[in-house]
Amino acid sequence: MTTDAPIIEIQQLHTRFGAAVVHENINLSVQRGEIFALIGSSGCGKSTLLREIIQLQQPASGSIKVFGREVWDMGENESLTMRRRVGVMFERGALFSALTVAENVGLPLHEHTGLSDGLINEIAAIKIALTGLPADAGKKYPAELSGGMRKRAALARAIALDPELLFLDEPTAGLDPLSASGLDELVRHLKKLLGLSIFLVTHDIDLLWRVADRVAVLGEGRVLGIGTMEELSKSDHPMVREYFYGPRGRAAWEQTWKQK
Amino acid sequence: MSGSFPTAEAGASLDKSNDGLVLRCSGIWTLQGIPSLEHHLAQTPWPDSGQILFDASAITAMDTAGAWLLFRTMNRFETGKFTVSRQGFRAEHEALLHLIREQSIDISLLGTPSHGFLERAGRLTWFHLTQLLGILAFLGESTMALLRCVAQPSRIRWRAILYNMQLAGFDALPIVGLLAFLTGIVVSYQGAVQLSRYGANIFVADLVGLSMLREMAPLLTAIIVAGRSGSAYAAQIGTMKVTEEIDALRTIGVSPMELLVLPKMLAMIIALPLLTVYADMLGVLGGMIIAQTQLNVSFADFLDRFGDAIELKHFMVGMGKAPVFAAIIALVGCFQGFRVSGSADSVGEQTTLSVVQAIFLVIVVDALFSVIFSWLNI
Repeated sequence: MTTDAPIIEIQQLHTRFGAAVVHENINLSVQRGEIFALIGSSGCGKSTLLREIIQLQQPASGSIKVFGREVWDMGENESLTMRRRVGVMFERGALFSALTVAENVGLPLHEHTGLSDGLINEIAAIKIALTGLPADAGKKYPAELSGGMRKRAALARAIALDPELLFLDEPTAGLDPLSASGLDELVRHLKKLLGLSIFLVTHDIDLLWRVADRVAVLGEGRVLGIGTMEELSKSDHPMVREYFYGPRGRAAWEQTWKQK
Repeated sequence: MSGSFPTAEAGASLDKSNDGLVLRCSGIWTLQGIPSLEHHLAQTPWPDSGQILFDASAITAMDTAGAWLLFRTMNRFETGKFTVSRQGFRAEHEALLHLIREQSIDISLLGTPSHGFLERAGRLTWFHLTQLLGILAFLGESTMALLRCVAQPSRIRWRAILYNMQLAGFDALPIVGLLAFLTGIVVSYQGAVQLSRYGANIFVADLVGLSMLREMAPLLTAIIVAGRSGSAYAAQIGTMKVTEEIDALRTIGVSPMELLVLPKMLAMIIALPLLTVYADMLGVLGGMIIAQTQLNVSFADFLDRFGDAIELKHFMVGMGKAPVFAAIIALVGCFQGFRVSGSADSVGEQTTLSVVQAIFLVIVVDALFSVIFSWLNI
């Protein structure tokens, strides 16, 4: 496998829910080592696309390749190998409520490696610390955590196996601005240090300006625009413009330019 | 796919040189590579002091887990009587080690605390005491809500009551009927053997009538309904609690007691006695059929004797218990639903508790009734 082959490649993807068409001929690819963001209005099928890539939902037709292999054409073993190489952070955390945070993070390690309990605990503690949680968060149950802490704990679980590819569904939704910008930093930091490729679905325009290398705008079941934020901000597609030059989009844009 | 993983494992070999020890690290220091190395490092006998050089030039890949293992090993020497030096680290591995070094972790903060015997006994006692107090408080709260509704009848939600009666009562008819019928058969069978020995065949009507009307039918119905509807109440209210629907109701100004608890309780208090009558009938029918086939007591003889032997008070004893059982089941189910805190796990736990406690209380109260009735010679 060559390093410049795309890590995710989607071609001619179609999805339908009954009569409703969600995706109509979607084509996009994510390069190794980049932070790729998927944006679009609510209900445009962003999360559905994410679920299709991580094998939770089957598309009607089309091809999705991850690490160069067809996702919906894998045997059980191969699919398991793929799952070990990707980490997923769900929008609402999806932490197992019966386990403590440390046990949540340690679970993939227990399942997929032969390490001793002691070492697994230490690795879990490191991941928890990496995501900026206080050390005593590890022994708490998810129900005892605030929303922002739960997000961080979910991220800690997603990076437990040191994945090559990380999926983040709305990583900053429901966070206060300070935590959200902390999370931006964290995502960039992890990408730099661990060489991650990151695929994120978000509404957070600030996050897009700060971390995304490339962005795809999804709308009307198609990819309306794809490129860096600078390129997209010059797009003349009305829906893309709406997204960037609505009141909130403009504020984020101005702020970024002031910083530069 | 596995081809993209380097297949080699992580390695570390200890050499002695003129300046001291050299630990030559090699291979892939990743999650896949380190399990056997961890074991190996733990078992290596290390000297107590000296100089050690970490040579990482042969490490081909490293992730945070590998970096932690390396850091942990180094740290052990650094805190001991060793002079540690490093050589051949790639920039990205150095960065990872630096990242790990920055995190302070304390494993002792992770374990779930264990409690001694006394503490566990105390906690358990306290738990049961608070449960008891909680149920009493809940009973008081729902009684107050009921009084408010009686004072202001327009607040009673008839639609919800009727709907709950259908769910808890009408929909339970088949299962209650079948089980009562079978119980009647069993009681009659058991009696048939003994009675026919003394030629007292006709007394099967007394046996079936008394046991079904006074004890079996009310108890059986209550237990089935506790399993069917009490658990459903706990799960429904519990899930609404998790999704903050209960809080939403409060902010809209709707009392959850009035909307969720009272209709269930009233519906149950109406439906359970009706179900009990139905169970009485099918239970006696079951007994009657066995009386005819096993003891040659015809339906006419059976009913004749039944009318003589079974006074109205026996029927009323059974019927009097049913509303009390109903109140217990609805109360416990709703109470446990409100006890749910936060997680999916908790919903399951409280639902189980609701069934166990409801059945427990129903049987305890039934025993109390028996004692009281025998005092009163009923």
